[in-house]
Amino acid sequence: MYISMNWISDFVDLSGLDLEALIHRFTLSTAEVEDIYKKGENTRDVVVARIESIENHPTSKKLHLLKVNDGEKLWDCVCGAPNVRTGMVVPFAREGGCVNGFEINCATIAGVESHGMCCSEAELGISADNSGLMEITDGTPLGTQMTDAYDMKDIVFEVDNKSLTNRPDLWGHYGIAREFSALTGRPLKPLETLDCSVYKELEPVAIDVIDREHTYRYSGLKVENIKEKVSPVNMRIRLFYCGSRAINLLADLTNYIMLEMGQPMHAFDKRRVDHVEVRRFDKPFKFTTLDGQERDIDENTLMITSSGEPVAIAGIMGGLATEIEDDTDSLLLESANFDGVCIRKSETRLGLRTDASIRYEKIIDPEMTVTAIERFMKLLMAIDPNVQVVSSLTDVYVKKYETITLHFDKHFVDRYTGIAITNERILDTLRALGFTADCEGDNFTVTVPSWRATKDVTIPADIIEEITRIYGYDNFEIKTTLSALHPVRDSAGRTDDNGAKDLLVKKFKLHEVHSYIWNDAKKYREIGIEPEANVRLLNSINPDNDTLRNCICPTLLAFVDDNKQYAPHFGIFEIARVVEGLKENGECNERKKLGIALFSRTQSEKELFFALRDMLITLGMTLKHTAPAFEHTTAAHNWQHPKNTVAVSMNGKTLGFLCALHPTVVDLIDKKAAIVCAQIDMDMLAEIGVADLPYREPSKFPGIDIDLTLAVEADTRYGDLAECWAEGIENLQDAGLVAVYENDGARSITVRLTFASNEKTLSKNEVQTQVDEILSRMQTKGISLKM
Amino acid sequence: MNEKIEQLKARFNEQLAAAEDSGAVEKLRVAFLGKKGEITDLLKGLKDVSGPEKKEMGQEINRLKSYADEALTQKAAEIKEKELAARVEAAESYDITLPSAVEEGSYHPITLVQREVEQIFASMGFTIEDYSEIVDDYHCFEALNIPKHHPARDMQDTYYLDNGQLLKTHTSAAQNAIMRKYGAPLRAIFPGRCFRNESTDACHENTFFQMEGIMIDKNISISNLIYFMKTMLSEVFKQDVKVRLRPGFFPFVEPGFELDISCLICGGEGCPTCKNSGWLELCPCGMIHPNVLRDGGIDSNEYTGFAFGLGLTRLAMMKYGIKDIRDLNSGSLKTLAQFKY
Repeated sequence: MYISMNWISDFVDLSGLDLEALIHRFTLSTAEVEDIYKKGENTRDVVVARIESIENHPTSKKLHLLKVNDGEKLWDCVCGAPNVRTGMVVPFAREGGCVNGFEINCATIAGVESHGMCCSEAELGISADNSGLMEITDGTPLGTQMTDAYDMKDIVFEVDNKSLTNRPDLWGHYGIAREFSALTGRPLKPLETLDCSVYKELEPVAIDVIDREHTYRYSGLKVENIKEKVSPVNMRIRLFYCGSRAINLLADLTNYIMLEMGQPMHAFDKRRVDHVEVRRFDKPFKFTTLDGQERDIDENTLMITSSGEPVAIAGIMGGLATEIEDDTDSLLLESANFDGVCIRKSETRLGLRTDASIRYEKIIDPEMTVTAIERFMKLLMAIDPNVQVVSSLTDVYVKKYETITLHFDKHFVDRYTGIAITNERILDTLRALGFTADCEGDNFTVTVPSWRATKDVTIPADIIEEITRIYGYDNFEIKTTLSALHPVRDSAGRTDDNGAKDLLVKKFKLHEVHSYIWNDAKKYREIGIEPEANVRLLNSINPDNDTLRNCICPTLLAFVDDNKQYAPHFGIFEIARVVEGLKENGECNERKKLGIALFSRTQSEKELFFALRDMLITLGMTLKHTAPAFEHTTAAHNWQHPKNTVAVSMNGKTLGFLCALHPTVVDLIDKKAAIVCAQIDMDMLAEIGVADLPYREPSKFPGIDIDLTLAVEADTRYGDLAECWAEGIENLQDAGLVAVYENDGARSITVRLTFASNEKTLSKNEVQTQVDEILSRMQTKGISLKM
Repeated sequence: MNEKIEQLKARFNEQLAAAEDSGAVEKLRVAFLGKKGEITDLLKGLKDVSGPEKKEMGQEINRLKSYADEALTQKAAEIKEKELAARVEAAESYDITLPSAVEEGSYHPITLVQREVEQIFASMGFTIEDYSEIVDDYHCFEALNIPKHHPARDMQDTYYLDNGQLLKTHTSAAQNAIMRKYGAPLRAIFPGRCFRNESTDACHENTFFQMEGIMIDKNISISNLIYFMKTMLSEVFKQDVKVRLRPGFFPFVEPGFELDISCLICGGEGCPTCKNSGWLELCPCGMIHPNVLRDGGIDSNEYTGFAFGLGLTRLAMMKYGIKDIRDLNSGSLKTLAQFKY
């Protein structure tokens, strides 16, 4: 929103103050100023002048040779404007002058010397009208500087609309002026209005508020005999500087009041609308708004109708059929207050946000409607004194906000601020902002003004903001608290996350990545991964991303594909959330997972698979002093290798999986590469405690190593052998793999068993007994010593 | 006999002078001083001599023996020294400028920034909390004083799920749960991933990281808020950072502020980064709204508190000069592998 300091100065005397510094103060105390524009600064020596004669240009059909009278002398001027005529009074930029930054020098135009320029409004920067010369009709004496004759010089600043969201009172200049009044300590002048109570005996406007739920107040007045069509120059300049467009006097006045008071108004041509209803319709229909667009109106849209015929979308935009036209000489003026939520929903649905609707959606003060009409009439009468009011000021006040009175004490303020602000200062600030404020001792009673009472200020904490922002946060003392300190411990989950990241980055040289919580269906399909059904987003912009992921690995595999040119060998990981369907209570089963993917063109899949397994063992040992267990399982996803998908568990809990990929996926990513991945549930891991470190006194007696070479079947696993010495074997200290031999289909495994006792040197016989026990257990599995 | 000793000495000296390596020296030692060595033989020959001559000769031979021993030892040392010098001379001088092929892993830049900020807050007694990404309307909005139809909901384009839950739009969604978990007094930070349903470009992402912080105690004031923000940001940026507060509207705080810091590039004088204002808008903050405390089970008559939200993603971008926010979730190792520890 644009704010004109000239306009503000109508209400607060800011003379002698550094306006830019004041605007900076506004940023710190009220709302963010995005930019400051110095209007009219680059216009000089442009004067009011009369065109005394016009001759045709010798060679150009479009150009004319003018003699222009600035009151002192005649100037020769070449002019191309289509609307020149003798006797016309126009702004004339004399040679040596400057028009909105454009230097005017003696120039030869199509062979003829020109000593100045007649200007359009657009050239002067006071409107967008570039159709022809600006015509001055108000009798301003010739030779008067334009910048003296009109309010062209102004400082205009732009406020970030977002920072005004919670301040309905700041959507007009008068509210902003109140802030400047509080910031400078200078009084706020009252709005000059026309007392309309003199018309109370006239016929009221027929206003029928049918939808009383969404209408707070509807005020109206009828006026006739309006002769003036064009707004005064200064009003047009203000409107233009504040981002509005001059249309005609009546439309301009409604905009002017809106920009001044923040109260949207609508002017109906009384010839077409002389009574109104406020209502909604049962069925959708089409309605053409005054911008010429046909709109779909549904049953939730609040409408203004006249004898049932829709004439405006309430609070948003009027209809084309009833707008003010060139020959309009009477009007029905609407100044109303509609439900902000209803307006906001409608504007969103219609995709039509107007200056009016953005004000209504902020929930503006319904107390303004009547004042706005009285202000409108004051301005209209000043411009066109012969207008005739033909109705009483009719006011249907449906819903009124309650007066809010707040009580608090000095201690409350001190506690919130941490500094000492005097009672006098508190009272002065609140009163300057329009609050009624009193205190007895240290106890304050404050009544919130109507323009702050629609939602903005409701509790004592809101008062703190008023006091402190005007006091200035720059003036606060900066100090620490006296709160007691307590030791802070990380949760198990955070310790695990950080430990896992450190291990994977520092020891295993993996790269941490971040991704999205949803599937990338398009990318998944490119690498042969079928996206699986899961919880869906209702409003995803891209349908490929509308399903939440139920596993972290597909994301990582997609990244592997994206990075396959990065290096011949790399690994990535992420700790992030997935959703494994819904829980019994209907909520998402959100889980935090560690995902790891390894890619290599230099290692075999088997090497990579075991590298990842060993990584998980190190992870378990590092975080929990416990090695995870691995067991083949069936593939749960189409991209997992049916034979090499392994469940990873710890203390009997399945934490996740480790797998090679289905060859389809490998081929689509890189035929020559090996790729493996794993997923571990970090939430589940966090529930597992860290095991005590086991310690065993080393034996002081020599141990005996026994190597057994066992003939095994092709599908015999080392684990089958290990089961045979897992329990009940005396003095067995260690067991390990020496080698696996394969020769012509025959397979054998050599294991080394280490026996030792803490009490004595074991005899061969004692050891042999145990070895025999192991061998007999093996016998039952069909495993025997290699002959 | 004396003559024999003299001859032997001369021969020893001659041979010693000719010895060129430690092997030759060792051979001489055996040849002269070994069990069957020539000097040893002379000593053995003494048994055939008698009388005073025997003593004199014995002394002579022993002198020769120690002379030979010393000479051999010295010669051996000389040769050893020469040999070492030759080895040093012959050794390769390694090219230390050869490029390294050491592989390094990398942390995501968000992790690096997050850890840094966490450490600062941990050192000031803040608990670090984790929270879910999928929340319900109550925690994301209602409990934060954002009732239905509140315009603040429009500011945050929310991803809604088909089970009625939603992806959290801000880390503030954890405030209620954390207040309920710990009660007051409380100081906690809770980093997290947030989601907004908006189109992405170099400056906008639908998935980003924030860090929320709250501190609640009996007399927490605006002065304290400024102190903590200034201290924390000075630690983050490793310089004395100037901060300023402006009014800002967030329904879950009252009063609410936008916190600006003096521009880190120009020091506050005005430059393109700060759009010539000298200030950078950094984080929203404010005094926790009494309704939010109440809904969190904390008596707002007894306790006050402040809350702030820090854009971790933005902080990481500022710290490392990352220009395109989308790089962070791209998984591109060209970008991410640069963030080694």
